[in-house]
Order: sequence, then structure tokens, then C-alpha cells
Amino acid sequence: MSNGVFDDVQVIPPAEVDDVELYHAHSFITKYVFSQDAKIIAIQYSATAITIGLVGLVLSWLMRLQLGFPDTFSFISPDQYYQFVTMHGMIMVIYLLTALFLGGFGNYLIPLMVGARDMVFPYLNMLSYWIYLLAVLILTASFFVPGGASGAGWTLYPPQAILPGTPGVEWGIILMLVSLVLFIIGFTMGGLNYVVTVLQARTRGMTLMRLPLTVWGIFVATILALLAFPALFVGGVMMLLDRVIGTSFFMPEIIQAGELLGTDSGSPLLFQHLFWFFGHPEVYIVALPAFGIVSDVISTHARKNIFGYRMMVWAIVGIGGLSFIVWAHHMYVSGMNPYFGFFFATTTLIIAVPTALKVYNWVLTLWKGNIHMTIPMLFCVAFILTFLNGGLTGLFLGNVVVAVPLSDTMFVVAHFHMVMGVAPILVIFAAIYHWFPKMSGRMLHEGWGQFHFWVTFLGSYLIYFPMHYLGFVGVPRRYYEIGETSFVPPSAATLNEFITIMVLIVGFAQVVFIINILVSIFKGKESGPNPWNATTLEWQTETTPPSHGNFGDELPVVYRWAYAYSVPGVDADFVPQNMHPDDVKGSGSADDPSGHH
Amino acid sequence: MVLAVALIVLTVGSVIFHFWSPWWWTPIASNWGSIDNALLITFWITGVVYVAVLFFTAYCLYKFRYRADRRADYEPENTKLELWLSGLTALGVVALLTPGLIAWNEFVTVPENAVEMEVLGKQWAWSYRLPGKDGKLGTTKTKLVTDDNPFGINPKDPNGKDDILIEGENLHLPLGQPVKMLLRSTDVLHDFYVPEFRAKMDLVPGMVTYFWITPTRTGTFDVLCAELCGVNHYGMRSNVTVDDKAAYQKWLGKQKTFAALYPKAAAGEQLAAVRKDSKSKQSVQ
Ligand code: HEM
Ligand SMILES: [Cu+2]
Ligand SMILES: [Cu+2]
Repeated sequence: MSNGVFDDVQVIPPAEVDDVELYHAHSFITKYVFSQDAKIIAIQYSATAITIGLVGLVLSWLMRLQLGFPDTFSFISPDQYYQFVTMHGMIMVIYLLTALFLGGFGNYLIPLMVGARDMVFPYLNMLSYWIYLLAVLILTASFFVPGGASGAGWTLYPPQAILPGTPGVEWGIILMLVSLVLFIIGFTMGGLNYVVTVLQARTRGMTLMRLPLTVWGIFVATILALLAFPALFVGGVMMLLDRVIGTSFFMPEIIQAGELLGTDSGSPLLFQHLFWFFGHPEVYIVALPAFGIVSDVISTHARKNIFGYRMMVWAIVGIGGLSFIVWAHHMYVSGMNPYFGFFFATTTLIIAVPTALKVYNWVLTLWKGNIHMTIPMLFCVAFILTFLNGGLTGLFLGNVVVAVPLSDTMFVVAHFHMVMGVAPILVIFAAIYHWFPKMSGRMLHEGWGQFHFWVTFLGSYLIYFPMHYLGFVGVPRRYYEIGETSFVPPSAATLNEFITIMVLIVGFAQVVFIINILVSIFKGKESGPNPWNATTLEWQTETTPPSHGNFGDELPVVYRWAYAYSVPGVDADFVPQNMHPDDVKGSGSADDPSGHH
Repeated sequence: MVLAVALIVLTVGSVIFHFWSPWWWTPIASNWGSIDNALLITFWITGVVYVAVLFFTAYCLYKFRYRADRRADYEPENTKLELWLSGLTALGVVALLTPGLIAWNEFVTVPENAVEMEVLGKQWAWSYRLPGKDGKLGTTKTKLVTDDNPFGINPKDPNGKDDILIEGENLHLPLGQPVKMLLRSTDVLHDFYVPEFRAKMDLVPGMVTYFWITPTRTGTFDVLCAELCGVNHYGMRSNVTVDDKAAYQKWLGKQKTFAALYPKAAAGEQLAAVRKDSKSKQSVQ
């Protein structure tokens, strides 16, 4: 019996539409600057995201210097500390992770992996990048305007975000909001592209249930983003109006420093609902692409099919859906009606089930594999550990009553860094080490990769694992310094010093990584088209790096799922998705049902 | 191989750290032992899962490490196993949620005999208001706040005149008496946070929020702000002292009322002036 998902098909229906005519660039400018080729756009997105991400990283060093060694660095004032916190958080979540996963990996991988020549709307795709760049520049400019960047925290809660007493109220907050609005506009252009390309431009034989999980992850994440970002957009525009023309969407009657402000009957909680209606799905906008990538990288390097592919797809879809009805778990102590707690705690903990299943299935993919301990594999295993850790502490923060003592403490900072800081970044590293050969035709240096991996993995764990315990002690987050208290023992200061030193060491390892990339682009060992013996279409292109149009004269035709590794009866331990069943060599054929299901 | 060892070391190290590190929560001083219990249950369940999954992962990494003479297994899925694992996880979730929601039900149910007290947050200081002899707090309006009426108490409300106002000093609470803390801010968000009480809640301008506790241990504890409220957020501190009944009464006897502290405002004289003032300041900055 043949199973439509897992087994080869012999006959592929003929194409329903003709191959597309691509825009052909003639000058250097249209080829590499205002490019409409998704692969170039991907690299532009990635380079911009990583550059601004490095700014976010440097900001985190400054914050950690202050937390580890308070009263030492006179150049870090409370004003600046709060500006660093705010810009760091916003940069990391939106301008680095969202942009890199969707704009970067999405653009590079979707067309290649689904067997398309390019995104379906190349011109829009180009605009998306340039608007993103503009958003990044405006955000960066806010450091240099009078009053400096906003210090409202990345959550930008009003009224505080737009009132004196918070740094950046003059210009910083305006630029921040304008930048966010632009980011969303740019993202929407790209996002529509990703979704339509997956739905519309898959090559013959590439059914939805044969898509690699990377594509599933990016696809569902993009849908989430298209549905979630409008909430932030609306909140941002309303706050701009409150700030600039004095409306009161989020402003109740306020007396500040003895003066009645003339604001009236707005609701600060309304903003929080809008923000988190976006903000929680945002976690999954970052996580789902990471889930997908991890699945594919683990499967490839363990030479084994991903375990439970169909369940993995449904888990991605299910998590995506559920992520829209849990947002108020960020608001348990916000003063909203406390009865909401029952509902949101329940929905939040329900998400744990599909999420846990994904973790089990990654580990079960390793079970009876033949595991190559390559750098991408190392990073994936590190991801499993940190994601598991962060997922489990999420059960503390999701379970309303347990969250009450922990909310707004360092426990929260440790939790979200573990689950949406460290974990996705480890996946980004895995992905870069994995796909760099396709993008450049060269391998990254293995020894430096080992160094980068071990320092980053162990260092991050040593930074964030003990930090949870500062939260148990009760140390609040967003504190310039904790100062004198009756409950924080002096040993906590030593721990803070230790964490700061680890942060600097981990930071140094990233410098090594960047150098590795820059050197390997020119000097790396040549990789050939498919160094990992992977099955998915991007590895089967005629040229490496793939040329404009991705594939040669003929688009590939897909005969099987993306996980035909170590198929019984086949000589090679992998069968590319587009290899014709007649060409598969071995004692049996790949759709020989003997020995499985 | 190295990675398998690293996973084991990290897992075991984390467990050791958990039991032997000097950092743990502060001794509780309120009735919210049920929160601590739910937390401990969460720790045990998640801890067991963490160790189990990581040990299993380490085992796989070691046992199925690459060997040229071996081939990976081919098993697309195993629905039975996946359903079992989902079922077990769901059980774990129920085990976490049950004590959690039971405790939350307690948290949202303020006892009948709770006395009301008010915490007022302003950038960047805490003040407190206790009901006077009538046992009732007077009504308030943000609009009425002036230097002469820092709480914005409505002078027309007879319940407000005997309200006890505490500015720049410790709040005292009677041991064993349930209190409903009413939280009010006149400018931005704040959060009334006493680590030993476990409970905390935001102060939101434009509305009155609350939580309730019963202090169970005498002593003086730190009050911190746990919601970013501007540049001096970290410096917004105060103290709360839990007294036995006698000491509490003695302290209470020394506190002054609204009428005593601000006789003019309590008599309603400031009202007209404030109104005029507010008209002239329409813009935000
Ligand atoms: C090793 C790299 C990193 C270090 C050392 C670091 C450090 C910090 C520190 C010290 C804070 C301020 C904590 C506080 O006082 O409340 C912070 C906040 C934050 N970080 Fe990171 N971080 C890193 C990477 C990331 C990444 C990759 C993300 C992406 C999700 C991220 C997201 C955030 C967010 C959202 C905040 C909260 C900002 C706020 O409170 O408004 N960080 N980080
Ligand atoms: Cu959330
Ligand atoms: Cu505060």
C-alpha cells in the first residue's frame, strides 16, 4: 500500500500554468542593489538585520556592565540604561529576529525549497526590503535626536511612554513608532509574497504535505505575522496621535508633577491588549521558522527522516492558531479583570502539548539515527536544550498564580532570553552553518565553528540559567540598580558580576563567527552543490550558488517527501525530492513498503 | 560524544545548582503559601521532564553517533507513540493547572472581612490611605489632586474627612487581618510589589485595581515598584511593617487624618481653583 505522504509517486500531473517570465536585470544597480531576485533580497535583509542586531548586542553589553558593576561606569546614566533596554529589546525582537527569519531565510529558502523561480511579486519584494531599511535607519536615528531614543521599555506602555519622566519623550518615541509602522508596511509586502508563493508557485509534485518543515514554519509564521502586526500598527498609530496631536486613546485623566494634563478617559490597558495581541504571536513568528529549520537540519545530519512529519505540521498549525488566544498571559498583574486569568492560564498551558510533542519528535528523530556531529547539528541539539528549558519555565509564567510572584522579575528576563533569545539565535547559527555552502559555494571553517559553538552554548546557559534564581529572590527587571534592600543577599552581586563576564566572553565568540563568515566567503573550502547530502530542492540546483531563476531550463519535479533518508532498499542514504523513481538505485525502490509503517 | 557528556554535565549541574545555590525565594510573610506550593509542584514536574528529556537526548547522541558501517532506521511516524506522549503531557498540564487555578480562585475571592486600604503611586513615591473610624474610604478624583489634596479626596464626601493619610513613611499592617489593597495611580503605571507577600498588582491611572493578602509574620519589608514608570523606576521604594494588633493600634493612633493634615482642602476651598487651573492646561506637554 502506498502512502501519499511518505512514499514515492510515479506519475506527476502536468503543469497547470506555464513557467513564469522573470524580470532580467541589466545593470549592476538593478542586479545587486535594487534587486528583484529573492536571493539577493534575502542577503540584503540578512546583512541589515545582523548589522542592527550587533547594535542590539553592544547595547546588551552596556546594560550588563551596569548590572554587573553598578556605580562603576559613570558614562551609563539611568536615562541611558532605560534607552539601552528599550532599543535592545525592540531591535532584537523585531528588527533582528523577525526580519532575519522571514525576510532573510524566508526569501532565500521559500522559492528554492518549493521549486519556484522566484517570489511571485518580485517588485513588491524589493520594496519590502527598502522600506525595512528605512525603518531601521529611522530607528537608529532616534539615538541622535534631541532627548535621545525612547526609554519606555520595548513594550512602550502608555501613559509613561509619551510623558516626561521617560527618556526620549521629545523625539525618540515618535521615531520609534514611525519606524514600527514602516516596518509593518514593509513586512506586509514581503509577507504576502511568502504566503502566495507557497500557495501558488510550488513546482509540480510539491504537494503541501511534501513541503519541508522549514517552509511550513516560515509559511505559518508569516500568516501569524500578517494577522498580528495590524494590532501593533493600530496601537502605534493611536499612540502617535496621543503624543503628537493630544488625543486620549490611551490617556486617562493624569496629574503629573502637580499639573493636570488635560487628557481624558483613555485606557492604558487597551494599549496593552493591542500590544500583546501582536506580542504573543510574535514569539511564534520567531519560533515557528526556527522549529521548521531545526527539523530539517536535524533530519539531514542524523540521516534519518523527521519523526512524525504529519504531526509536526499539525503542531505548527495548531500552535499558530492557539497563539492568538493566549495574549493576556502577559497581563496577569496588569489590573485587567482577574477572572480572565482562568481562561488565559488554561489556553496557555494547552499550547504546551503540541509544543512538547515537537520536542519529543526532534529527539525521536535522533533515536536510531546515524548522527553526524556537524556544527549545524551541534547548534540544533543546543537549541533543543535551551528551548526545552525556556518552554518549561513558560509553564511557570503561564500558570497565572505562579506567575504573580515572578512577573516583572529577572525570572522573566531569563525565561524569554532562553526561549526567544538564545534558542532562535542558536537556530540561526545552525541555519547559517548549514546553508552557507549553498549561498557561497564554500564551507565555513570547522575549527572556528567549534569554538563559536561551545563558547556560545555553554556561555549562554551559564548566563541565563542562574538568572532565573535572581528572579526567585525577587530582583525586579528593568532596574538600573537594585541598591540597598533587605532581601537580596550580597552574593547576588557576585552572581551579577559572573553573568556580565560570561556575556562579554560570549560576545567575543560572535566576533570570531563574523570573521569566520567574512574569511570563508573568499577562502573557505569549496563545498560542491550538496555537501550534506540533503534531499530538499535547494541542494539540487544546477549551479551553486543558484543563479537568477534558481533552477536550470526545467523546473524540478517532485516525487517524494523531503525526508527520504536511509530508505530501506535504497543504496544511497538519501534520495533527493526530485530524483525520478526509475533513477533510484538499490535492491528495492523507495516506495517498497517492506519494513516500515 | 562530547556533546552527550556536556548535556549530562549541564543537566546534573543544574539540579545541583538548584538545591545548593544560596538563591531562593524570601521567607513568606502572607497567606499565599498556596502560590509557593503551586510553584514547587511546577518545579518538580518540569524538573523531571527536563532531566528525562535531556538524559534521553544524551543517550541518543552517544548510542547513535555516526559510524560508517551503520545505517539509520526509517520510521516516518508512530501514531500510537505520539498519542501516548501527548496524553502524558496533557496529564502533566492538568497536574500543573489544577493547583494553580484552585489557588487563583482564592486569589480572586476577597474575604468578606477584609479591610480596605489604599496605595497611591506617583512618580516616584508611594503613599497610603487608610479608612478612618467610619471604616470607609472617601471617594477620590484625579482631577482634585493638588499640593493641598495629594490624594484627590472629594471634600463633599463625608467618608473622606477622617481618612488617614501616610506620606513618605512606612505603611503598617495588622498581623492576621485580611486586607484588600486598593491600588491607584495619578500619573503612569506602577506596581506595588513586596517580595515576601508574593502577590503584586499594577497601579493603572484611570482605574482602581486591587489584590488581597493576610500578613502572617511581623517584620518590616521592602516595597518596590515592579512596573517601569520612568527614569527613577528603580528608586521608587518604601517599606511595609507588619505589627501585632497592639503595636498596630498604637501606630494607628499616631497617624493624622485628611481633615487634620489639609483642613482647607477638606473643607472644599480648593475646588474652584483647581477647576480653573485645569482649563488652562490642555496640551500634553
Ligand atoms: C547574549 C545576548 C543578550 C544579552 C546579554 C542580553 C541582555 C539583556 C539585558 C541585560 C536586558 C535588560 C534586563 C532588565 O534590566 O530588565 C535585556 C532585555 C531584553 N532583551 Fe536581551 N540580551 C541578549 C539577547 C537578546 C535577544 C537575542 C533577544 C531577542 C528576543 C533579546 C530580547 C530582549 C528583550 C525583549 C528585553 C526586554 C526589554 C525591556 O525590558 O523592555 N535579548 N537583555
Ligand atoms: Cu506570550
Ligand atoms: Cu516603577
